[in-house]
Amino acid sequence: MNPTLLFLLTAAGLFGIGLYGLLAYRHPLRQVLAANVMANGVFLVFIALARRGLANPDPVPHAMVLTGIVIAVSTTAFALAIIKQLHRTSGSPDPASAPPPSAAVDS
Amino acid sequence: MTWLEFGFPWLTTAIAWTLIILGALFFMAGSVGLLRFPDVLTRLHALTKADNLGLGLICLGLAWQAGFTPVAFKLLLIWLLALLSSSVSCHLVARYVLHAAAREQRRD
Amino acid sequence: MIDWSSWLFDGLLAVGLLLLAWLTVISADLFRAILFFIAFGLFMALCWARLAAPDVALAEAAIGAGISGALLLDAYRVLSAPTLAAAPALSRLPGLLALLLGGVTGALSWVFWRLPPPVLALDELVQARLADSGVSNPVTAVLLNFRGYDTLLEAAVLLLPLVGVWIINRQTPAPLESIPVGVTDSPLVDTLVHLVTPLAVLSGAYLLWAGAHQPGGAFQAGSVLAGAGALLLLSDRLRPTATPQALLILGLILGLVIFCGLALGVMADGSPLLRYPPAHAGLLILVIETALTISIALTLLLLVSGAAGLRWGRRW
Repeated sequence: MNPTLLFLLTAAGLFGIGLYGLLAYRHPLRQVLAANVMANGVFLVFIALARRGLANPDPVPHAMVLTGIVIAVSTTAFALAIIKQLHRTSGSPDPASAPPPSAAVDS
Repeated sequence: MTWLEFGFPWLTTAIAWTLIILGALFFMAGSVGLLRFPDVLTRLHALTKADNLGLGLICLGLAWQAGFTPVAFKLLLIWLLALLSSSVSCHLVARYVLHAAAREQRRD
Repeated sequence: MIDWSSWLFDGLLAVGLLLLAWLTVISADLFRAILFFIAFGLFMALCWARLAAPDVALAEAAIGAGISGALLLDAYRVLSAPTLAAAPALSRLPGLLALLLGGVTGALSWVFWRLPPPVLALDELVQARLADSGVSNPVTAVLLNFRGYDTLLEAAVLLLPLVGVWIINRQTPAPLESIPVGVTDSPLVDTLVHLVTPLAVLSGAYLLWAGAHQPGGAFQAGSVLAGAGALLLLSDRLRPTATPQALLILGLILGLVIFCGLALGVMADGSPLLRYPPAHAGLLILVIETALTISIALTLLLLVSGAAGLRWGRRW
């Protein structure tokens, strides 16, 4: 057991916790939180693997995680905009209660 | 800063550790207040007072360990900036809460 | 002695991460769940610093914890009386689900336990060609030169959620809320804006410049500038509008356009896409990063504020 393995196991735990939150709860805001926890678990796997017994950490996973963090935040912003919109139009953020899309799509 | 050690070489580290642990305790108190207090104003009170002091103690502890170097100056600057921004944002949030409460009262 | 204390620190970090993640997912009160998530993001930043990834730590603290936290709290405010979230609404047997996911976690853990030693030492490859890349920070070299294609695509992908948010807000116009003037005309706010905005611009520019040889770069600088922009919005120096201005659109696409232009431009003398001439690679990377910083700052600012455009507010 070295520090890398410790963080890898932590990442596996984070992934499992996030996946549980994603599947077990129906409130969309909670699902967004859980998905973000899962994403952080995946990033932890990358960074922990970058540190495996090398003299200097491997910079390629660092760059990938940097990209991933920014994209995760953008996607979260989009998801939250959809949730807020659902709440405004249908009174509750649950997608199951949203009104069905109208037949005529106006521009 | 060897003259401050009074002859015990571990004193610097001990003082730094004490300051940092104290700072962490203040942070914990502030966070507990944030989670447990009932409304915005009380939460603000716990958060800003405890967190500013906690950050100050942690920065002081780290600066103590760093000695008289540019790093210590940067830590002090970090504390001052955090103090400035957190106190003004606390002020803004409190004003917003009072403004919203006054608007509610006028509506009734 | 050293080994014992670093094990203690790593162990506390790991336990803290798992505990905060669990509390985030399991909290009955949604506000508390969001707070735990913000704390979780900051713990992750600490973790990145511990795992010798300072670039990622900077980005996570600013973007992952700061901006995500602001977005989530804003969404919580709109959902003000959570209709579903008072009690955790479990859709399936929680016990069965927990067992299933314990299985997933266990399988992943077994894979990590059995991981073979690394075959490809990318670190050595990067170090060998670092002198040709134009910068001396290996992460910046990878981001902007060796894997520049990924960053080029990322600059495009970053704009997509913004366009998505605009489309959503145009279908059902969201009320454009700016802070009421009675709240922001306070001498404390004026002092803060006058002190912090120039400092933020300076540190953003420094992060951009220092990204070439130290942890830093376009993303970190962009998030600092977005923070300064958020301060201006909060203090009524900038006001949100419903449609974007031409200058704003130019700023948003500046990073992508310049990156594409330079990526294609170096093909003029026969080299493949994105192969910068080593003599000018440093300058090209700096130009691209500057344009990216502006675009990232504007994109993050608009995402956080929910506005589609900006105009000047009251006097400075």
